[in-house]
Amino acid sequence: MSVRLSADVAIVGGGPAGLAAAARLARAGAGRVVVIEREREPGGIPRHARHQGFGLRDLHRLMSGPRYARRHAELAIAAGAEILAETQATGWAGDALELTGPGGRAALEARAVVLASGCRERPRAARLVPGSRPAGVMTTGTLQQLVYLHGARPGRRAVIAGAEHVSFSALLTLAHGGASAVAMVTEHPRHQSFALAAAAASLRFRVRLLTRTAIAGIRGRDRVEAVELRDLDSGATRALACDLVVFTADWIPDHELAALAGAALDPGTRGPAVDAELRTTRPGLFAAGNVVQGAEPADAAALAGRHAAAGVLRYLEAGGWPEAIPIEVADPLAWISPNLVAAGARQAPPRGRFLVRARRFVAAPRIEVAQTGRVLWSGRLRRLGPGRSSALPAGWAARVEPGGGPVSVAVAGGRPGPLRR
Amino acid sequence: MTQPYDVAIVGAGDVGAALARELARFELRIVLLEAGRDVGAGTSKANTAILHTGFDAKPGTLEARLVARGHDLLLAYADEVGIPVERTGALLVAWSAEERARLPEIAANAAANGYERVRELGPEELYAREPRLGPGAAGALEVPDEHIVCPFTPPLAFATQAVLAGVELRRSEAVTGLARERDGWRVATAGGELRSRWIVNCAGLRSDELHRLAGMEGFTVTPRRGELIVFDKLSRGLVDHVILPVPTAKTKGVLVAPTVFGNLLLGPTAVDIEDKGDTAVTREGIEYLLAQGRRILPELVGFEVTATYAGLRAATEHGDYRIGADGERRYAWAGGIRSTGLTAAMAIAEHLRDALGAAGLPLRELPGGLPPVRMPNIGEAGPHPYADAERIAADPEYGRVVCFCERVTRGEIRDALRSPVPPADLDGLRRRTRALMGRCQGFFCGAELASLLGSER
Repeated sequence: MSVRLSADVAIVGGGPAGLAAAARLARAGAGRVVVIEREREPGGIPRHARHQGFGLRDLHRLMSGPRYARRHAELAIAAGAEILAETQATGWAGDALELTGPGGRAALEARAVVLASGCRERPRAARLVPGSRPAGVMTTGTLQQLVYLHGARPGRRAVIAGAEHVSFSALLTLAHGGASAVAMVTEHPRHQSFALAAAAASLRFRVRLLTRTAIAGIRGRDRVEAVELRDLDSGATRALACDLVVFTADWIPDHELAALAGAALDPGTRGPAVDAELRTTRPGLFAAGNVVQGAEPADAAALAGRHAAAGVLRYLEAGGWPEAIPIEVADPLAWISPNLVAAGARQAPPRGRFLVRARRFVAAPRIEVAQTGRVLWSGRLRRLGPGRSSALPAGWAARVEPGGGPVSVAVAGGRPGPLRR
Repeated sequence: MTQPYDVAIVGAGDVGAALARELARFELRIVLLEAGRDVGAGTSKANTAILHTGFDAKPGTLEARLVARGHDLLLAYADEVGIPVERTGALLVAWSAEERARLPEIAANAAANGYERVRELGPEELYAREPRLGPGAAGALEVPDEHIVCPFTPPLAFATQAVLAGVELRRSEAVTGLARERDGWRVATAGGELRSRWIVNCAGLRSDELHRLAGMEGFTVTPRRGELIVFDKLSRGLVDHVILPVPTAKTKGVLVAPTVFGNLLLGPTAVDIEDKGDTAVTREGIEYLLAQGRRILPELVGFEVTATYAGLRAATEHGDYRIGADGERRYAWAGGIRSTGLTAAMAIAEHLRDALGAAGLPLRELPGGLPPVRMPNIGEAGPHPYADAERIAADPEYGRVVCFCERVTRGEIRDALRSPVPPADLDGLRRRTRALMGRCQGFFCGAELASLLGSER
């Protein structure tokens, strides 16, 4: 027989977003706040990102990933939240979450639920990369756990697929694990991280950045022997010897519980669609952090968690779940987050902005936001591209007419970004 | 050198493992030799996982007879030992008037094979039953006994039962040479040398090479590669049946099938290749399959892909299985066992048993029958430890989920590592527990599972 539990707020996922939401809710007197964490330790992805660079925007100091993960867990516990570690929310029984842990099987009912289950990198198969299926092909997530949690040495010569922030994080992990990176490969005309990170990487690790290049195949029977690279401009292919391929970025939110709850998924982010208060389309169900869109840095996820807590508090106090209008994006935009506008919206999104990403670089982009032909806002962004979000001001949301049809966001001007670095 | 074995079975795929189990009923000293690292890890692990009725087989062939018999044997055995099966039935869909016109001929072929339960449906009934099929279907043939089965558990169940009955299983022992002796064979393997009175060739893709080592001729295996795409479990609700195409003279075509793991499968391609180890997927193959998927079930291609893989069918120049026994040589063989091998395996084992008996292998049945076996359920349907409060209360390891996507617990990993036929690597662990089979493909649990596998050995 499964045990029946109840809480005021249940939070699925004890990474930065979930723990920050829990700390804020518990401190504000939301009642019994329970965080469900399926790993043995709370903290999420930063637990196994052992380099520096975490915490600037939310805790106002820089620290390592593991230190940052521990700090968030301490803050949540100190505020009075309970963390159920080694416990997985496996599905729904009506409005209750079904839980499995070493203590048994339970059904947890809560007045509000926050999904903070994060995201993962698309594995090689989901990217439809042809070739054989030897050992030595993995995502950054697996690589970092192998190296930092299990002390493994995963290979000697690695090729990194992708050139976003996390790809540079993979580079640091490879160095720690005794492997050298022979190339970093991106289909885009330039990397998508900070200029400083890229410059430091090329100086310190002498990694070659191969732009406008696709991984066209993997070779090797038992162990990776080489990748086939295709130049996207000339079509020429060549082999590059390696014994490890790390597929980085290309995030997909861990959206299973949202889908099982019947919450609408956004076609761009593939996470649950949410409004500025991080409400999904299912009443009582909120979503925060990288389950909404993959992937923002950990501190941005934590700030989104705090933001969700504010929405949950208003909901616990006043109830109500307004109808929402979807925000649609047109190519080259890939997604916008949040991606719903609630009727009578008064609250701003997390950090006062909408996040947008594009499939390719656009220089001097002019964006137009409209509702069935009526322009709500237009203006230029500083930058727009893949791999890194741009901030879109949020004031226009208040001018959306309830029942006035979908809102569209499009690139109305600009020019293609540089074709080569 | 030690005492000779009575029978050395070469190849522990579906056929070899089923034969080992079948012969374990008798007073025989048996060794099961597998070149690969595990049972069922060669061509047996990569197929469409369909339990065939044989409705479309060529009437009068050995294959037609053994597939029909194997279907019933495997269905009964699945129930006995816990092999996941879902009784979905199949719909063979005609996508044009010309294809519709061929349905009666396919029904007549099924009847000639002794299978009378096919029924023709019009487009209205077809779309009522499968509303998400792409537009343009002109009708269908219902094949109510064409089901889906777990492709991994059968050879493991056969081998487990055989090992418990006293068969010696040796893995990573490829046969490299055969020499005839006065009363049998001297067998050189990757691990050394052994002697056996009888040799049975169940070597799958390499059955033709072993056949020649035994001094025989008669067939050549040309691997026919089939590429497949596995879609995310969230797509499972799109269809209820196996969706088959109308076959052409060249190929059986691309199907969409549910899997017992709760995914949808799209494939296979069919390309003859030369290299018996080349299970690479190709860009052309994937693009072709996605185009077919878009036509058959348009919503499917909008779902995430969980895995792609390729299997090699052990096809020969003959249109039928090659099975026989030579009493003078004390040698028997099963070659050309193509994609129907999973379904037919237990019937092939019976057939080989009788052929061996007729050729002079003494078959004295042991009292008591085979030891009972119960395999862990790795199908989506049916009970799972993570959802079983009583099992978790009795053993908290069943409450510790380690593969989050597939909800596989530490208790199940431990049980697999301590089973009579334990896994040799992560792929073996996957086929026994379905850990790593899910949508994250190891992002969350790959490192942890590698560590559990390493610590147990």
